[in-house]
Amino acid sequence: MLSKLLSKQVLNQGLRLTTRTLSTASQQKLVDRKPDVKYQKLFINNEFVDSLGGSTFEVLNPATGDVITEVADASEKDIDRAVKAAKDAFRLGSEWRRMDPAGRGVLLNRLADLIERDRAYLAALETLNNGKPFKDSYNIDIPHCISVLRYYAGWPDKMNGKVLPVAGDFFSYTRREPVGVVGQIIPWNFPMILLCWKIGPSVATGCTSIIKLDEHTPLTGLYTAKLIEEAGFPPGVINIVSGDGPHCGASLVKHPDVHKIAFTGSTQVGKIIGVECAKQVKRATLELGGKSPNIVFADCDLDLAVEMSHFALFFNQGQCCCAGSRTYVDEKIYDEFVQRSIERTKRRKVGDPFDDSTEQGPQISHEQMDKILDLIESGRRNGAKLLTGGERHGDKGFFVQPTLFADVQDNHRIAREEIFGPVMQILKFKSIEEVVERANDSEYGLAASVFTKDLDKAIVVSNALRAGSVWVNTYDNFDPVAPFGGFKHSGLGREKSEYSLDSYSETKCVTMKISERNS
Amino acid sequence: MLSKLVSRQVINQGLRLANRTASTVAQQKIVGDRNPDIKHRRLFINNEFVDAYSKNVFEVLNPSTGDVLTEVADASDRDVDLAVKAAKDAFRLGSEWRRMDPAARGALLNKLADLIERDRAYLAALETLNNGKPFQDSYNVDIPHCVAVLRYYAGWPDKMNGKVLPVGGDFFSYTRREPIGVVGQIIPWNFPMILLCWKIGPSVAAGCTSIIKLDEHTPLTGLYTAELIKEAGFPPGVINILSGDGPHCGASLVKHPDVHKIAFTGSTQVGKIIGAETAKLVKRTTLELGGKSPNIVFADCDLDTAVEMSHFALFFNQGQCCCAGSRTYVQEGIYDEFVQRSVERAKRRKVGDPFDDTTEQGPQISHEQMDKILDLIDSGKRAGAKLQIGGQRAGDKGFFVQPTVFSDVNDNHRIAREEIFGPVMQILKFKTVDEVIERANDSDYGLAASVFSKDLDKAIVVSNGLRAGSVWVNTYDNFDPVAPFGGFKQSGLGREKSEYSLDSYTETKCVTIKISERNS
Repeated sequence: MLSKLLSKQVLNQGLRLTTRTLSTASQQKLVDRKPDVKYQKLFINNEFVDSLGGSTFEVLNPATGDVITEVADASEKDIDRAVKAAKDAFRLGSEWRRMDPAGRGVLLNRLADLIERDRAYLAALETLNNGKPFKDSYNIDIPHCISVLRYYAGWPDKMNGKVLPVAGDFFSYTRREPVGVVGQIIPWNFPMILLCWKIGPSVATGCTSIIKLDEHTPLTGLYTAKLIEEAGFPPGVINIVSGDGPHCGASLVKHPDVHKIAFTGSTQVGKIIGVECAKQVKRATLELGGKSPNIVFADCDLDLAVEMSHFALFFNQGQCCCAGSRTYVDEKIYDEFVQRSIERTKRRKVGDPFDDSTEQGPQISHEQMDKILDLIESGRRNGAKLLTGGERHGDKGFFVQPTLFADVQDNHRIAREEIFGPVMQILKFKSIEEVVERANDSEYGLAASVFTKDLDKAIVVSNALRAGSVWVNTYDNFDPVAPFGGFKHSGLGREKSEYSLDSYSETKCVTMKISERNS
Repeated sequence: MLSKLVSRQVINQGLRLANRTASTVAQQKIVGDRNPDIKHRRLFINNEFVDAYSKNVFEVLNPSTGDVLTEVADASDRDVDLAVKAAKDAFRLGSEWRRMDPAARGALLNKLADLIERDRAYLAALETLNNGKPFQDSYNVDIPHCVAVLRYYAGWPDKMNGKVLPVGGDFFSYTRREPIGVVGQIIPWNFPMILLCWKIGPSVAAGCTSIIKLDEHTPLTGLYTAELIKEAGFPPGVINILSGDGPHCGASLVKHPDVHKIAFTGSTQVGKIIGAETAKLVKRTTLELGGKSPNIVFADCDLDTAVEMSHFALFFNQGQCCCAGSRTYVQEGIYDEFVQRSVERAKRRKVGDPFDDTTEQGPQISHEQMDKILDLIDSGKRAGAKLQIGGQRAGDKGFFVQPTVFSDVNDNHRIAREEIFGPVMQILKFKTVDEVIERANDSDYGLAASVFSKDLDKAIVVSNGLRAGSVWVNTYDNFDPVAPFGGFKQSGLGREKSEYSLDSYTETKCVTIKISERNS
């Protein structure tokens, strides 16, 4: 009963990936287990085309390991085509450059309307391809996409330049101009959400883009391409390609006509991209990995802390860059916290993502599953206490058991490396100073959280943590208005929020000599 | 041919009351319904239509004919009390409205815009029937602009950041932008729908609740919009709409102790009375009042554009614009030609039935306004200004006035100092830049101004030298929702539209918390 209540509380207070009363997208389900796959080709200049070499790659259903379909595999030549389309759409005097700012907002609102119309279909396709539970796709991912696009729809006519109080007989003003042609690389953990995080600021600022979908999860993005065309975006403004990183992604990153790269993915790949971009002084924003500390003080609401800490790690099969993957618990409540977390983890329902009661679906791939199992093995070997889980779940698809380690030490691999799976690490601490220092002792700095009822502790610890997002008595609160991005190796720049617009615009300052300036 | 071209240019470059591509509301010619149904005549309080407490009604006229269109509930101070109570209830801590997510207020504004767009033809016809403005304007200017304004404000609620302050010492300080509370908003008769939307936008975006008083001449479109507000899903009491006069209904609203702010659009004379009343209660007040806006035409301008835009600047909306370009200063080198071309243009101006799609000018709003305009025309004649064309009532039915042009007007003539609010253009002559800036600024008003010149330096220096809230260069009446509008000097207080408008619907709260240790 309590856990039901708390789960509801999680939805109301924590998750908040979508705004409570914002969208007409209410919570109800219409499950189609076999949604039609309608688009398998590249979207360039508002047309669906085969890749120039004609090659394709297989897309799997991670719940079964079966092939769903084959999708066009974009090569360097396809990137050239897409960049040319984006460059043409961005030429001075083009329909896109001449469009009123509010007109770009109208297009974003229309795209949101269409995603809302096709919510059930998109949610089913997302679940089929990514494996996340349908009730999450339907009630979290797609509604959040709508909120994000509607949020950005309001920006284009509110991005003021400034008139500067310069000295002397001059008139100076600034304009916020679009960076130009941007390349955007989307990962597989939130294919629709991160697509919309990329489309929003790019369209709001007036850029044109080439979006590379991940080779594991291209299906919803390719369908969204169709909605982009239906919404009335001019050809070339948004181009969407499917392909791998080493060929397709690398061509995009290195292309001399691409003015900016926005990448969401691993820290390892992010560093390679950053170096490539630096060679061309190309703007780059990177949203990378994390090993986010979740600090639970003894004076917290324990029911809430246990449920939210579970959610912080296990949500989305643990495949969140900001997963709360180092759970630091005050020694005074440590044993009880561990005990309750075990119970909660044991209750976690793993299985068919289209089943209404499923909380956890498969990992995205065999490779990811193996990597997770290898890290679990390292935890065992290092002497962390495995309290539940630790194995593959079943023998079909890429499922991993909900796994919990206690008595984890800061130097264990499972406390330092990103696992990106359903594996929780609980660590013990004594004092505030100690836990702040340990929490910050990481090359990552994406997110962090604090559970306490104490006003002073909440603020002082929040402000002391070296992370881009700090949540207090909540987790994964992803309002479109809030910035998201990492300190240190977790990234460069911020997504969502007003801050995201900075990295999609160049500031131009125009100064004119005039004969006489007055106040 | 040229004039056709220039007229199109006016629509494209000048008017711009609606965004080009902002809306699905494309400009098009359709035939207006001459007899739109009047569906609502009662007060809108708590999302319900109710009779006035006194059961009193007043007559609403068709200014094209002088005939009575219908009778509408006449709100008194008892009705204002009820409406204020509804707005206060809707604003109580913990209410649906106060607890609503910011983005949801935006969704409501977008929905209201959708509904106005859906009923565009009906609303435009009703506006023309009641106000007299040409249907082509109601349909292609007023209603599309309403849609653009509401959509603009729809984007604001989730973007009005507070700040976290870099205070010294061991403190944590942040600001919140909170709604002012219950606001009273008084709408005039010249742009009943547009100014209604200018008021609804910032009030809803900021999270206020409101009592809107419609003008007694033009309550019909506002009362119909009340139904759309309900249909859009606004909670009861968030927007209440009353019809009534100024001395009773308006005054009760202004004096009501539970109303935290008054926003008034109307005459400077009434604005001063309101300002004095609200000052007694330290009530926040924004005023958008009269003007006598200078339009400065330099010899180096594009003369075709300048003549057409100067004509438009004055005659648009039957001259019933607070920002009408009503002092046209023309440099002496082109003065005679400018006067001659302006007279020709005024002569071509088509006055008549506002539902006729060739009509450029409909009736004035009332017999009283018509008489006031004719009296000012008479003063111009007596003072020695040269009446070039017009000067009389047009026809004998309704409240039409001929397009009228005076040349050789002097700065001290009444027609050069007082707001006429009618189709009467004053052309004055000037020689130098310094002289014209001084003369342009020599006015109690400071609402708008314009400059026609191709010279870069002159355009900027003169624009910056004019004491007015809006300055248009080689254009006029450019009313993008993103641009602020409001007056210097006695033309008003505060700004409407744009980000600036949100300031006057919010209070800033600063919260400071003692903490044990602050670090950078």
